Amino acid sequence: MEDKIAVQIDDLTVAYNYKPVLWDIDLAIPEGVLMAIVGPNGAGKSTLIKSILDIINPIAGSIQIYGKPYKKQRSLVAYVPQKGSVDWDFPTTALDVVTMGTYGSLGWIKRPGQKEKKAALEALEKVGMLAFKNRQISQLSGGQQQRIFLARALVQNAAIYFMDEPFQGVDATTEKAIINILKELRKAGKTVIVVHHDLQTVPEYFDWVTFLNVKKIATGPVKDIFNDDNLTKTYGINYKVAVNQ
Amino acid sequence: MSNAQIEIQLIASLVAIACAIPGTFLVLRKMALITDAISHSILPGIVIGFFITHDLSSPLLIVMAAASGVLTVVLVEFIQKTGLVKEDTAIGLVFPALFSIGIILIAQNANDVHLDIDAVLLGELAFAPFDRLMIQGTDLGPKSLWIIGVILVITLGLLIAFFKELKISTFDAGLASALGLSPVVVHYGLMTVSSITTVGAFDAVGAILVIALMIAPAATAYLLTNNLKKMLLLAVLFGVCSAIAGYWLAHGLDTSISGSMTSVLGLVFLLVYLFAPNRGFFSVLYRQKQQRIEVSLLTFLLHLGNHHEEEERHVKHLNEHINWQKVRSKSVLDLALKNNMITIEKDIVSLTDKGKKFTTEAIDYIVTNKNSEIENMKDRFFLFRG
Repeated sequence: MEDKIAVQIDDLTVAYNYKPVLWDIDLAIPEGVLMAIVGPNGAGKSTLIKSILDIINPIAGSIQIYGKPYKKQRSLVAYVPQKGSVDWDFPTTALDVVTMGTYGSLGWIKRPGQKEKKAALEALEKVGMLAFKNRQISQLSGGQQQRIFLARALVQNAAIYFMDEPFQGVDATTEKAIINILKELRKAGKTVIVVHHDLQTVPEYFDWVTFLNVKKIATGPVKDIFNDDNLTKTYGINYKVAVNQ
Repeated sequence: MSNAQIEIQLIASLVAIACAIPGTFLVLRKMALITDAISHSILPGIVIGFFITHDLSSPLLIVMAAASGVLTVVLVEFIQKTGLVKEDTAIGLVFPALFSIGIILIAQNANDVHLDIDAVLLGELAFAPFDRLMIQGTDLGPKSLWIIGVILVITLGLLIAFFKELKISTFDAGLASALGLSPVVVHYGLMTVSSITTVGAFDAVGAILVIALMIAPAATAYLLTNNLKKMLLLAVLFGVCSAIAGYWLAHGLDTSISGSMTSVLGLVFLLVYLFAPNRGFFSVLYRQKQQRIEVSLLTFLLHLGNHHEEEERHVKHLNEHINWQKVRSKSVLDLALKNNMITIEKDIVSLTDKGKKFTTEAIDYIVTNKNSEIENMKDRFFLFRG
């Protein structure tokens, strides 16, 4: 394939307190894929995303977004953190949280105005949450909170979307709604990278997959590399056994 | 009111506002304990600043105190990052160490000067009007009024300029970082402002009781609103009212001003905690009771819907055979009657049409796992709530 590379990672190593969490990762993510990152707990999936987004400082390696460092390409990237990473009792509304997605393009000090509010309302509508715009965020269900997070990423109108376990704790309806939005993003030529836990749904949802367990095990099209061999290498136990448990 | 009284209340109010603003963000960041640490560990900064200038109201003291406040935060985070102890332990290790250094410095060197530990810890607002700011023989008012005034103006300016940054880095530091709005800069900015405010509150309530002015108004406001701006305004309001009420309480009882202010702050929190409309103690208690009755009512109606035989629908039977928990069967029957859900004829209870409709809909929601819809249903069907 002659595709453009959206994210290029070379020799990335990340360590917490001298203990490596990611070890010498080389990874090229082509533009326009809907990619799952799979791997066991502690495999460094979230850490990989956080390193790409410059939230964590790696001890070695380089990361490029369309050929340039992240700091110069912030406007091309949107991020959906794990739902549990924030305090949902924070005194604010759904609309306000979605508006936060516009803060990056505003930069320091400048405040969101009518244009930003309009964009936030549109994003809320896309995820089917417009009716809840003035709802305090603690009054939302887990699935609704995840939709709000997705809307906040949509409002950034980025080229690459990173999502950390967007299906955690959401019901089947919301999961379908979210994956449909992700598929639409891919159709629009965007690159979507998702930390994913449910191995069963990988072939149905994604067209690209990366197996990760501290080291990169494999990366490529789902139809070519999503097999027992790679799953066994990643999870360390026979995949069929793991699924039956 | 005398001039001095007005000045004291003015100083107290400005201190309350200056404390409530950083306090709101500290409470939301679950960092209330760090103000405790800062309030103690600024002592060595104040002492060293005093040794250099020999002037308790010199701006250098504020700079030094702010520096040692930020040093506290840096040290706490450093110890925490070793992964050997948790944050609370790290705080508990750092501030007594810095505080004790301050005490030793005072005891060793300041025995003959006007810097006693009581003044630093408790403050004495009553004396504040006597220390005037004089420029070329003109009296410009109490020095501490100017100090806290300047701090407040800076705090307000920073709040207005960086409100968006404070909000996002408090709510979601990861996103703030990814968007390039460095949460680390905001974090240390907030810590610096908190340290400076703590020193500014020095005259008014002392370095220790300032914790109350930072935390209590914000915690009280948190119980009352779901909006960050309103929370800030309410915190300021509670702070100012408690400060002024505290002053008059001290006046009436002829006792410590800072002690009275802090007591009022505690009292206000207690009242709001008990009587707040949604999250307050009594309101929660009332809601739980209401829910118990309404759940019992629903169980009762479902039972009636399931059984057509008369002996199952006899009032006596219902008393005996349904587990009412803490709810009296009479209040359930009354509620069902008031809402036209049932009729009672010769002690036999029957569902009305409305009762039947309600029950069928409720079962639908229960079997399709949409229990939350039942709340909306109650709004449609109930004329009276439990």
